[in-house]
Amino acid sequence: MIVIKKNLLEKIEAEAEKSYPFECCGMIFGSIEENKKLAHSIRSVENNFGGEEYHRFLITAEDMMRGELYARQNGLDMIGFYHSHPDHPAIPSEYDREHALPVYSYLITSVKDGKADITASYELSDNKFTAEGISAV
Amino acid sequence: MIKVLIPTTLRSFTDQNSELLLEGATVREVIAALADEYPNTKKAIFDENGVPRPFVNIFVGENNIKKLNGYDTALKDGDTVMLIPAIAGGAPEKSLISEERAEKLTNDEIMRYSRHLLLKEIGVKGQKKLKAAKVLIVGLGGLGTPLAQYLAAVGVGTLGLIDFDEVDSSNLQRQVIHGTRDVGRPKVASAKDSIKQINPLVKVETYNTMLTAENALEIIEQYDVVADASDNYKTRYLVNDACVLLGKPDVFGAMYQFEGQTSVYYAKEGPCYRCMYPAPPPAGLVPSCAEGGVIGVLPGIIGTIQANEVIKLIVGGGESLIGRLMVLDAWKMRFRELKIDKDPDCPICGKHKTITELEEYDYEEFCGIKKQQEEEAPVESITAKELHRRLVAGEEITIVDVREPHERAIVKFPNAKVIPIGQLARRQNELNPDIDTVFICKEGKRSILAVNTLREAGYKGPMYNLKDGINTWARDVDKTMPQY
Repeated sequence: MIVIKKNLLEKIEAEAEKSYPFECCGMIFGSIEENKKLAHSIRSVENNFGGEEYHRFLITAEDMMRGELYARQNGLDMIGFYHSHPDHPAIPSEYDREHALPVYSYLITSVKDGKADITASYELSDNKFTAEGISAV
Repeated sequence: MIKVLIPTTLRSFTDQNSELLLEGATVREVIAALADEYPNTKKAIFDENGVPRPFVNIFVGENNIKKLNGYDTALKDGDTVMLIPAIAGGAPEKSLISEERAEKLTNDEIMRYSRHLLLKEIGVKGQKKLKAAKVLIVGLGGLGTPLAQYLAAVGVGTLGLIDFDEVDSSNLQRQVIHGTRDVGRPKVASAKDSIKQINPLVKVETYNTMLTAENALEIIEQYDVVADASDNYKTRYLVNDACVLLGKPDVFGAMYQFEGQTSVYYAKEGPCYRCMYPAPPPAGLVPSCAEGGVIGVLPGIIGTIQANEVIKLIVGGGESLIGRLMVLDAWKMRFRELKIDKDPDCPICGKHKTITELEEYDYEEFCGIKKQQEEEAPVESITAKELHRRLVAGEEITIVDVREPHERAIVKFPNAKVIPIGQLARRQNELNPDIDTVFICKEGKRSILAVNTLREAGYKGPMYNLKDGINTWARDVDKTMPQY
């Protein structure tokens, strides 16, 4: 379960719409308490996939490093990532699963014809994605 | 001491510690120290052969060790080492055919398509989608041949064939879907017969007509994907525009002499043909295969690549040619790949669309066809029969052959002066302005260009174009001469 403020969710959705028809992506910072992640802030990252941004995203190691530093300077942890699925449901793809890491939350926002539709969150466990609840506060 | 920062995803290996203080003079030593203290971290960072996993990057301060000295990067007291995972993902591969539309396979089909079913990327799921799919092939010439043959063989359920033309014997050098006895038949009829031979399970719809702004939407609407195997700019823009408006992919192929091009124009997911080519070249500047020739196997290669892209769009998966243009030089046998970007100002798929329907758009004017006709109107033509009559009557007429040397090797025109178009202006004093000059080429197009060129250069003598070229001379005057 990830607890996230409504305005952060709205920011993610707005970014997903703005990037349409390409995918947007970014990092989520916060803290982890037992089985619950608390989102504190997000940071948009340029999609660096190079050529297939309409259905792929890539956060470079440099961006990740800066994200880690930012988190530590602010007493936070990197707790997950968000990305959009233009004209595709908010369900993780095989490609998402192959590239996913445990612990992190993976928020996916589906965008239909330019409008943000559904946002869902997933977590990797036993090499499988399982849906986790989003608690918007 | 070296500070090692552990990202959240790896903390299950470090007892939830996010920072560790370790000893080591190099990155390698620090990682070894980490593995000593927390043996499981070794599994996370290295594979079973001890090779670092590609998704883990190591930074010293703000520098990736790949840009430093790798694992031998030296460390000094107080340095920070960070383990950084790479993050990627994205939407699933999309198929044009939904699961609901997929059609069940019969036992005969399971046998016939066995080699597809053995591929996990296609499998029963993909084959069922192929069976449900409807593909329109625009043009049943060189590129349309392999498209129709392979898409029929692999079990695309419905193939639409559109071509207004009839089979000519000069087509047989490359359009192997048509045979010698098909000469004179409509291409769509001949192609349909061949398809039925290859795979009788395929439904074939034929349209023995030209694709126009009036009928394009109505026809294309019925299909999932269009393969553009046409040979002219007007049709290419028309197919593209109809596909963009209907939200369908346009699997494109084109070729000339030894060069072939192929791409997938799909505005929903990438650029369209207009993003790549906002406007066609001036009419007449780029010769067609009928004028410039084409090596016989080239359409086989390019059309087969198109068929491959059609299959991937239907099955879903793989890497599509969306946003990429493949260019083949068959003489040097080299493939090149160009990246194509979506044009935000594209008039049909950009942010401010100016083309919203086909019928109001003047394709002839856009492709310079009207302009060319208007400009060419003043050039006077003479028929082969008339020229023959005047020559027999003993009139003094200069005949200028503007064809390429290798074309003259096919057939020479009797008593013709040879001047390439590029030299006409410079050599105009070789012509007698007091008598008529007749220009000849293969089809009567380049001869018009020759007349216009000389006129612009100031030549004042009377000039004529041999109507429809040397081939009509062979047809109407000297039947012993070959046509090509």
